[in-house]
Amino acid sequence: MSELDDFRGEVREFLKKHAPKSLYGMTNTEQAFWGGRKATSTEQREFCLACAERGLTAPTWPKAYGGGELSLGHERVLREVLTELQLVPPLVGFGLTMIGPTLLQHGTAAQKDEHLPKITRGEIRWCQGYSEPNAGSDLAAVATRAIPDGDEYVVNGQKIWTSYGERSDWMFCLVRTDPDVKKQQGITFLLIDMDQPGVDVRPIRLISGSSPFCETFFTDARAKASDVIGGENHGWTVAKALLGHERTMLASLFGTSPGEQGQEQENPLVALGKRYVGLDGSGQLSEPVLRDRLTQNLMDNLSFKQTIQRNADNIKAGHRPGPEASIFKIYGTELNQRRQELMLALRGPQCLGWEGDGFDEEELAQTRLWLRSRGNTIEGGTSEVQLNIIAKRVLELPSN
Amino acid sequence: MQFALNQDQTLLAQTARDFITENSPVARMRALRDSGEALGYSRTMWAQMAEMGWTGLPFAESDGGLGLGMAEAILVTEALGRTLCPEPLLTSTLAACQALALGGTEAQRQTWLGPAIEAGKVLALAYQEPGMRFDPRSIRCQAESQGTGFLLTGEKSFVLGGVEADAYIVVARTQGQAPASEGLSLFVVPATSAGLQVQRRTLVDSRNCAHLQLQGVQVAESQLVGQLHGGSALLDDVLDRATVALCGEMLGGMQVALDMTLDYLRERKQFDVTIGSFQSLQHRAARMYIEVELVRSAVMAAARGLDSGSAEAKLLVSNAKARCSDAGVLIANEAVQMHGGIGMTDEHDIGFYMKRARAAELTYGDAAFHRDRFATLSGY
Repeated sequence: MSELDDFRGEVREFLKKHAPKSLYGMTNTEQAFWGGRKATSTEQREFCLACAERGLTAPTWPKAYGGGELSLGHERVLREVLTELQLVPPLVGFGLTMIGPTLLQHGTAAQKDEHLPKITRGEIRWCQGYSEPNAGSDLAAVATRAIPDGDEYVVNGQKIWTSYGERSDWMFCLVRTDPDVKKQQGITFLLIDMDQPGVDVRPIRLISGSSPFCETFFTDARAKASDVIGGENHGWTVAKALLGHERTMLASLFGTSPGEQGQEQENPLVALGKRYVGLDGSGQLSEPVLRDRLTQNLMDNLSFKQTIQRNADNIKAGHRPGPEASIFKIYGTELNQRRQELMLALRGPQCLGWEGDGFDEEELAQTRLWLRSRGNTIEGGTSEVQLNIIAKRVLELPSN
Repeated sequence: MQFALNQDQTLLAQTARDFITENSPVARMRALRDSGEALGYSRTMWAQMAEMGWTGLPFAESDGGLGLGMAEAILVTEALGRTLCPEPLLTSTLAACQALALGGTEAQRQTWLGPAIEAGKVLALAYQEPGMRFDPRSIRCQAESQGTGFLLTGEKSFVLGGVEADAYIVVARTQGQAPASEGLSLFVVPATSAGLQVQRRTLVDSRNCAHLQLQGVQVAESQLVGQLHGGSALLDDVLDRATVALCGEMLGGMQVALDMTLDYLRERKQFDVTIGSFQSLQHRAARMYIEVELVRSAVMAAARGLDSGSAEAKLLVSNAKARCSDAGVLIANEAVQMHGGIGMTDEHDIGFYMKRARAAELTYGDAAFHRDRFATLSGY
């Protein structure tokens, strides 16, 4: 206990001393430091390096790879101090949340030595090359072809929905190395340096406007054979492990909006209701139907968080992670959609603005957030795929 | 708040579940129903529960109880809910007796609470009235001041566990008029009181309730439980505890209804395949599972909130009951639908779960009542 308290004190002092002003009070993690060759903020990079020195960018990873070798308890304390100081983490991104944990699990010693320190120090930014135009929910249908050529592979094909592809340096990628076997058995998990002429990244415009999503085209791109994770044609196992890490990350994204049920601060949805709908003489929201919908949403949010905490408490108490974790992705994303739609309902016609005069910034952002949220139940495994997973793995219902 | 069960809680849950599985399968509840006996439960079984200490579960050791909290109570009611066990643990121990534990005088606790714990004497909470839904502010039953005591006049409906009860906790107006929350007082009224008539009502879930006619029932000042005119807060605290105990029972019922349905989906064949392989049914079953998981968290959180005296306890309770009410009905309806024709027969047990889910939904406030309460408490 006291060791964690000491750690809390040390970390607080350290962060206060080193964190640049630009990282305080940030509400959008897109402005946080994602690392990589293309990142421009010198002060954010210096802060990231200072934190990496102390193992704070990847607190639980082994020291050998630039981690802090700290316990989950320490990691929680770090998170709490960051929240307390209203600071975003010194480094974010898919290196830390997706490919890093996967390499720790499935990488060789040489692969870990090569790639992990560059992640913890924020030198390389990673993106995910999974989906293709004809491989969405049916991910094992990937067709991007990789053909061995000496100690390299030659890669041809197309990836889609590459988040932040334009700003990334390397891609972890699923490629087809054997087209003549059952589709899951001919897939290889390959790391590709995107800084080469054979890789072309183009942004995708969404119904909500500009987006971080890209398409990536490979034309005789080259990758090293030493960057195959888990062995040629054995990529599917690695791919699924990474999807697990991705879902954990997505669930945490939707499950931890800060300060929502806090007593000290009015709930943002309630504030929105008061502002746009108003209260009647008895102090109730003027629209009884909206009042009930608002309550349902707050309650759903409350019980979702309770379930996340129950899961965490059970893991901490040494119990096997319960099957309740399988519901986080689907419930968190659907809850966010209901929340967005409720906010439209509360704002009324003022949520219809697209750009220009007549609408304030928040209203214009609202419109796009709602549109963007429709993708939540599609990306990272559709809700329908999540229901399949729950039905088969948790409820053990039969396949045909 | 800690959600993981400690060793004692794990043991209590296991003991309760073992006891119920062995001694009170659904078949016992069916046999009770078929017997048509007025009481609706078994005194022998009730005495056994008292022996196991369940009738003293939430009460102080100085009162003869086990000194446990709601976090433990829901483990036992969940076990009861799994097999639709009808004994009045919920209505007597975890509702009516709570009024004495929280607001009763030393003498009242000795006269009523002690015997209720020891021998399983049965008390029932009489707060609802004809024409009112769930809001205690609508209570009209009058308690007119008479000498040093009171004269009770009015009607009480849906007095759960009230058939052949030994005493009633009656909520009446000593001041003011509906819908004022001020002016309510609680009284402990023996079943033998002159001017009290108890009628039995049969309910859809094969349980019963009492309808009380109070025609000038004399009560002494010593029968007043808690503060004169200020009973509203006490009643609220009692109902919060009773509600969470009921939520535990509802959780047990919906878990079993889901499990029975999953078993059926794995067994039943049509078109030469098990129907559980159909994606439309798989997805609906997965949705049911998600609801049960959220209910479990909500109920556990509410129990812990009450035990720790959290400022948010009332919000947590209303969240739990609103969620249980909606999820209980959803799961029961889906369970019967997925069972197909057999689910409509009296011979199959799943119908019992649907009936109980509906009765529980409309006990201690439905989803609409609790969402309204949550909103009001949250200031909008």
